[in-house]
Amino acid sequence: MSAISMKVNGKAVCGAVEPRTLLVQFLRENLGLTGTHVGCDTSQCGACVVHVNGTAIKSCTALAVACDGAEVTTVEGLAKNGKLHPMQEAFREHHGLQCGFCTPGMLMAAVDLVNRKGKTLDEETIRHELEGNICRCTGYHNIVKAIQAGAENM
Amino acid sequence: MENFIYHRPTKPADAVKAMKDAADGKFLSGGMTLLPTMKQGLAAPSDIIDLGGLGNSGVEVGADKVTVKAGTVHANVATDKGVKKAIPALSALAGGIGDPHVRNRGTIGGSIANNDPAADYPAAVVGLNATVVTSARSVPGDKFFTDIFTTALKDDEIVTAVEFPVPKRAAYVKFPNPASRYAMVGVMVAELKDGSVRVAVTGAGPKVFRVPEMEKALEANFSADAIGGIKVKASGLNSDMHASPEYRAHLVTVLARRAVAAAK
Ligand SMILES: Cc1cc2nc3c(=O)[nH]c(=O)nc-3n(C[C@H](O)[C@H](O)[C@H](O)COP(=O)(O)OP(=O)(O)OC[C@H]3O[C@@H](n4cnc5c(N)ncnc54)[C@H](O)[C@@H]3O)c2cc1C
Ligand code: FES
Ligand code: FES
Repeated sequence: MSAISMKVNGKAVCGAVEPRTLLVQFLRENLGLTGTHVGCDTSQCGACVVHVNGTAIKSCTALAVACDGAEVTTVEGLAKNGKLHPMQEAFREHHGLQCGFCTPGMLMAAVDLVNRKGKTLDEETIRHELEGNICRCTGYHNIVKAIQAGAENM
Repeated sequence: MENFIYHRPTKPADAVKAMKDAADGKFLSGGMTLLPTMKQGLAAPSDIIDLGGLGNSGVEVGADKVTVKAGTVHANVATDKGVKKAIPALSALAGGIGDPHVRNRGTIGGSIANNDPAADYPAAVVGLNATVVTSARSVPGDKFFTDIFTTALKDDEIVTAVEFPVPKRAAYVKFPNPASRYAMVGVMVAELKDGSVRVAVTGAGPKVFRVPEMEKALEANFSADAIGGIKVKASGLNSDMHASPEYRAHLVTVLARRAVAAAK
């Protein structure tokens, strides 16, 4: 077992993990942050996307030991003081989810997209940037609408 | 995933030594190929030697050469202003790999060491006449990719950088697999500063290959029409649920023509 420490959603955390423990397992099983989902075993679906040191990554495809010392933001870190993040609010408003399984990853990918490309996003850019996030329910149309609206309100 | 011993060396020599000492070690860079493979039980190394601790990442752009350190992630190659100016075809290629999250982790060193037949970077390495620099030597791009998922690397040899000569003009065009974004076929066309032309094809065969007949035609006349009648043979090309060898052969000419038209 290796001792690791991170800052997760602004809070210092530590734990002991096996080398094979994935970041997503550490978040869900050690820290109880079950908002981050696992939807595949091929690194394709994006349900597990979190931000590590400011960039969006698939937490199912990163070793927890390799993230020792990192700053991590999960979907639980988006809302502040009991108030939804503008991107979460936009998903609610525009029906950007049905079952909600892909939503944490969609939100984290969307916030990362705004961080990189700004608040004014056209439909083509959003669809292109969502190549790493798969949704089984919505047909993407309302997700794209929600991201466009949420970006403007960020 | 099976357990393993985890190493995070900070010096290349220590990484090489850790590999020599390991029963069945594997280097780890972005993990975007190795970790899914391990999760599915297709690989179970005794030791993982994480190259992330080497801090070997970044690009250097000179007048004649762009050097990309092996640990540079695709997102950085795609967005680096210097690369965009010197070799726009290279930044476009990097920006078309997988998806944003894959590009934030996957590295050029991992990509070429893995030599997936559908990977994009091999077309850049061969098409731009790049040199692969390793912990032991320099290997010309043409000699690096030896067979499907196989390279000239020894087991304890690390890719440290790739050096791309700045071409006169170049473009990379791929037909992405709609699900994975890997290249069903991808073609890099480059006119180098000495006037020679290279046409490198990935995704179509077991490994990247050049099309000498097209190169000769383009050296005489750098236009899409010069290669319209040149077809590669379908026999020996990849066949899977996505495309037949005949279709891939057809795509090679179509994409090569588009790359010539787009070269800048
Ligand atoms: C969903 C998805 C979509 C993708 N789409 C594409 C695509 O469209 N086009 C494309 O080209 N690729 C694609 N990839 C692959 C990705 O781009 C990575 O480049 C690739 O996975 C390998 O890079 P890595 O840094 O992740 O290497 P790793 O997975 O860490 O390692 C891969 C292999 O290389 C070895 N290795 C790693 N670094 C070195 C080194 N410096 N020296 C020697 N050996 C080394 C490892 O031991 C291992 O065998 C995709 C991956 C995923 C998960
Ligand atoms: S669970 Fe990470 S990409 Fe599917
Ligand atoms: S809302 Fe159900 S998977 Fe996206």
